[in-house]
Amino acid sequence: MSGSCLNIEAGKLTKQYGKVAAIRDVSFTVSSGEIVGFLGPNGSGKSTTLRILCGLIPASSGVAKICGIPVASHPEEIKSRIGYMTENNPLPADMRVIEYLDFRSRLKGIRGKDRKRKIEEVMALCELNRTHRRQIIGTLSKGYRQRVGIADAILGEPEVIIMDEPTIGLDPHQVLAIRELIDTLRGNMSVVISSHILAEVELSCDRIIIINKGRIVADGNADQLRNEFANSAKYILSVTGDLTGLLASIKELDSCFHDFIQKEIRKDGSREVVFESSSMEDLSGRMMRIISRHPEARVRSLVRSESSLEDIFLAATKRSWDETL
Amino acid sequence: MRYFFILLRQELRTLLFSPATYTVAVLFLGLMGWIYWRILLQLSLEPQRDLPSRVFFEFFWLPVFFVVPLLTMKSVAEERRLGTLETLKTTPVTALQIVLSKFSAAYLLYNLLWLLTLAYPILVASALGSTLTKNQLLEPGVLIGGYLFIASSGLLFIAVGILCSSLTRSQFVAGMLSFCTLFVIIIGFRELQQEAENWLPAISQTLNYFQPFRHLENFSGGVLDSRPLIFYLSNTFLVLGLSVLVVDAKSL
Repeated sequence: MSGSCLNIEAGKLTKQYGKVAAIRDVSFTVSSGEIVGFLGPNGSGKSTTLRILCGLIPASSGVAKICGIPVASHPEEIKSRIGYMTENNPLPADMRVIEYLDFRSRLKGIRGKDRKRKIEEVMALCELNRTHRRQIIGTLSKGYRQRVGIADAILGEPEVIIMDEPTIGLDPHQVLAIRELIDTLRGNMSVVISSHILAEVELSCDRIIIINKGRIVADGNADQLRNEFANSAKYILSVTGDLTGLLASIKELDSCFHDFIQKEIRKDGSREVVFESSSMEDLSGRMMRIISRHPEARVRSLVRSESSLEDIFLAATKRSWDETL
Repeated sequence: MRYFFILLRQELRTLLFSPATYTVAVLFLGLMGWIYWRILLQLSLEPQRDLPSRVFFEFFWLPVFFVVPLLTMKSVAEERRLGTLETLKTTPVTALQIVLSKFSAAYLLYNLLWLLTLAYPILVASALGSTLTKNQLLEPGVLIGGYLFIASSGLLFIAVGILCSSLTRSQFVAGMLSFCTLFVIIIGFRELQQEAENWLPAISQTLNYFQPFRHLENFSGGVLDSRPLIFYLSNTFLVLGLSVLVVDAKSL
């Protein structure tokens, strides 16, 4: 990361609305070619940070730079280097898709023959080049409207693309299509995606930044955040027969097993028992050896599950919440 | 300047594709046509002191009250409500270019509507045989002066409409605000000046300079005074400047 050029630099950004600080000392960087997920609960300051980076609102203090250019002193210049898809993706309802992209490309300073070619490129990438190219935007489905927003954001191949909730309100097919589309941008541009859909971010992004109450509370890739915030693993055991001896032996296996929960009996008569261990070491092998010594309990499956991004998100935001109390 | 022309083209396209524009045009031309017809009817009944075109321009305030709010109320307010103003601000265009393009598009359409009323005297004159009547109907001094007044006062009226639209995200509120402000400028100053005549003659004289009716008198009388032009131009700059500040400062 140190060798690559930094496309986004946020240094101690603070935004005050009267006495209330929407964000405070927000600092992070995004390198060229990186896809970064920007997570946070509602009202955490995600959109405020993104708006400052795009030069839409000024920061009360701190420095924001896009490709090394300060946003505050060169707002017009940095806007030509950013493709920004705003929250809710507002689009003019009375324009045709191709007319809108032509208008936007003119505003982005794309000229002459290049303009036609680039519009066709982004339309092909977003699958708007067939039946939807001349459709009135107001009559498009939500998914295709999102595609128009993304096509606009990537038009002109800007160095930085910022998308505020690009997959909100989409059905699973559309989410998958948008994820594939974002994948095609990997390595070419710096992409920042703000989203509530955590699984989506985990699948699409190289790095995750979590903001809560206007402060950055976590910054790293999924494994780094897992180590920092969610140092526990779950073992889900599906079993029938007498469990008393087996459960006692497993509990004795490691002092790390601090808890277990027996879930309801399933239709086939098996029970699901969830063990939670504070050790990140894989204990499945040792558990299997214990299970083999207890034939009275017939094990159907044993699954080790690491903390999901949702667990990390909850742990990170809870920790910052606790710190403010 | 390049961005200004791109935005202006887009604004004109939006206005020309909007059914509201054609509704305004039909209402305006219908009302002004009826007024012109009434003026000619009066003229046919008894001799009149003033030329018909001069009397026609004295009714300028009537369409201004509804045409200007209808043409401008949507411009910034609707874009802000839909969020497309923010999308526009993500490109390298400035608030000045946004405001100027919206102002220019509405101003061009406003003048185009007024220019279409030139058809009334031309049509009537072509139907009449008498050269004297033709000359009276198409008296160039009155027509040029009248349209110059419309063009110069229109600068301020449209600028006021744009400012009102930039202050709110509701088209209705923008329209009402625009109507009230125009009412104060056109009728309010005249009433105030007449009231002040008895009590404060000095203020009354000053207010006299602000009166569009007084400006119209000069223009349609063939007097090209620079003072009203400076008044309209300077106030247009001031009002548009305020609109730019509002568009720039209001982030949502």
